[in-house]
Amino acid sequence: MYPLIFDIKRYAINDGPGIRITIFLKGCPLSCKWCHNPESQSPEKQKFYTASKCIGAQDCIEVCPNNALTLSKNGIVTNYELCKLCGKCADVCPTKAIEMVGELYSVQQLLEIIEREKVHIEQSGGGVTFSGGEPLMHSGFLLKMLRECGKRDLHRTVDTTGFADTKTLLEVAKQTDLFLYDLKLINSEKHKKWTGVNNQLILKNLKVLAESGANINIRIPLINNVNTDKDELTKMAQFISELPGEQAINLLPYHNIAKNKYNKLGAVYNEFDMTEPSEKEQNRAVKIFQSFGIEVEIGG
Amino acid sequence: MVEQKVSVSNYIDKMFAKYAPAPFLSVVIEDCISKGKDYYNGGPRYNTNYIQCTGLGTVTDSLSALKKHIFEENNFSMETLLKAVSENFEGNEKLRQRIINRTPFFGNDDEYADKIASQVYNDLLAAIDGKPNTKGESFHLNMLSTTCHVYFGKVLGAMPNGRLSGKSISDGTSPSHGCDIHGPTNVIRSLGKLDQTKSGGTLLNLRFVPGLVKREKDIEKLGHLIRSYFTLGGHHIQFNIVDTDTLLAAQACPEDYKDLLVRMAGYSDYFNDMNADLQQEIIDRTENETF
Repeated sequence: MYPLIFDIKRYAINDGPGIRITIFLKGCPLSCKWCHNPESQSPEKQKFYTASKCIGAQDCIEVCPNNALTLSKNGIVTNYELCKLCGKCADVCPTKAIEMVGELYSVQQLLEIIEREKVHIEQSGGGVTFSGGEPLMHSGFLLKMLRECGKRDLHRTVDTTGFADTKTLLEVAKQTDLFLYDLKLINSEKHKKWTGVNNQLILKNLKVLAESGANINIRIPLINNVNTDKDELTKMAQFISELPGEQAINLLPYHNIAKNKYNKLGAVYNEFDMTEPSEKEQNRAVKIFQSFGIEVEIGG
Repeated sequence: MVEQKVSVSNYIDKMFAKYAPAPFLSVVIEDCISKGKDYYNGGPRYNTNYIQCTGLGTVTDSLSALKKHIFEENNFSMETLLKAVSENFEGNEKLRQRIINRTPFFGNDDEYADKIASQVYNDLLAAIDGKPNTKGESFHLNMLSTTCHVYFGKVLGAMPNGRLSGKSISDGTSPSHGCDIHGPTNVIRSLGKLDQTKSGGTLLNLRFVPGLVKREKDIEKLGHLIRSYFTLGGHHIQFNIVDTDTLLAAQACPEDYKDLLVRMAGYSDYFNDMNADLQQEIIDRTENETF
């Protein structure tokens, strides 16, 4: 089964070297409370509704075969017990206030889209990045894409949570030039609380991947009240310092920027007590890593 | 129209040569002295004239809208559209939105629209290029609009691409404002399809927010983007690294700023896709950056 693609970003300048095209595969085994792309979690098609774009045309209500839509004073409301996600409402919406998220692409179609970016990729030493969601959830498709990109001499980056079957990960590693590997928490209990899964597999996979000699860029979201306490950061630095080989490390300070997207999905963003680390707190984190001889970059 | 413009330009040149020569300018322009002729009278080594055109995006997108919605898909009749256009789309927001959101527009690496753009560009070339001037040479096409596109827009009624009366038309060879929604790499590919060597100049304007060129490596990547454009045959590219004022204007009229990319945290997004809170947050941040 082919995965749904929920976004294709061109001029992606934060997903690996050079100018890249990033393909976002839908579906993720994690459900991080801070997730920037809530539409990436479910592997199924979903619907986005942007109330500010709605002009009250009501064509969507007329066309819906399941009578799932009504107009309220806050705009169009979907009754998801009736909605079959057929997408007819999105097709007729004049302003794209309603949009379906998740599209099927064949390997060939994606390759054609990627090829169109070739001049930028070649000029900048860029390439293709597969992100998600968790691209390894769709390893068959991912491997096919990676092989085809390899045949075309394209630099391949895989952005992963690390939560995947180890054998599959190593197979993917053979076709991958760079991993963007997310590391969130060393404390297993907290990891489960904040992401919905245990981290044993993630930590084990990172070790195995490092041992295999893969090129890894570890990316750590920095979130107050989640992972910025001294104990956690020290454990993280310690863990990384014990990995074989050298990895680039990026700290990504948290932002509550996802709120808007949750609204569009008709979901609620619960921020709990997550906050953005101040510059001082970011620098403190950097120092903890430095005390283990690890250089880190903020952002990226 | 071109005939008229050529004849008026020629008349003006003749008038200058006869009644308002430029001796001082002629002194510093090569060959005027050796030929013993004034700047306006064929003295310089090169005596080309240019007719400046603008609005390639506006014209292309309008033709694309007509082609798709009227001639191919019969989504509405020509009469309906003409009436809506003549009434500045008043009471026809649905129709206007459908055009804006369901038409292939120039600047998205979309063959449908880009083919029309090439045809418009080539037709302009054919109409202008080679028309004789008063100095034994000829006229050429030039697509640098400087600020004309704003004025032209002011005196132009609504257009079939959904552009409202009085709004600026597209500048130079740039896509229509807010219609290039797939990022700068696609804009550059669309522009690369025009044979720019045949004109006396083109211009592509791109808008970026400062956050996109914050780090050294971001600037390097921007450099690569520029080189890609020249590799594809581009002539001239300009960037606006936008300030708070523009962001405020984008909030007031999001439709005109669909292509405004902003750098969030760890990724980049379209300003228009964000809610008011996020936009405000970006505005605050940008202001901090300027200090």
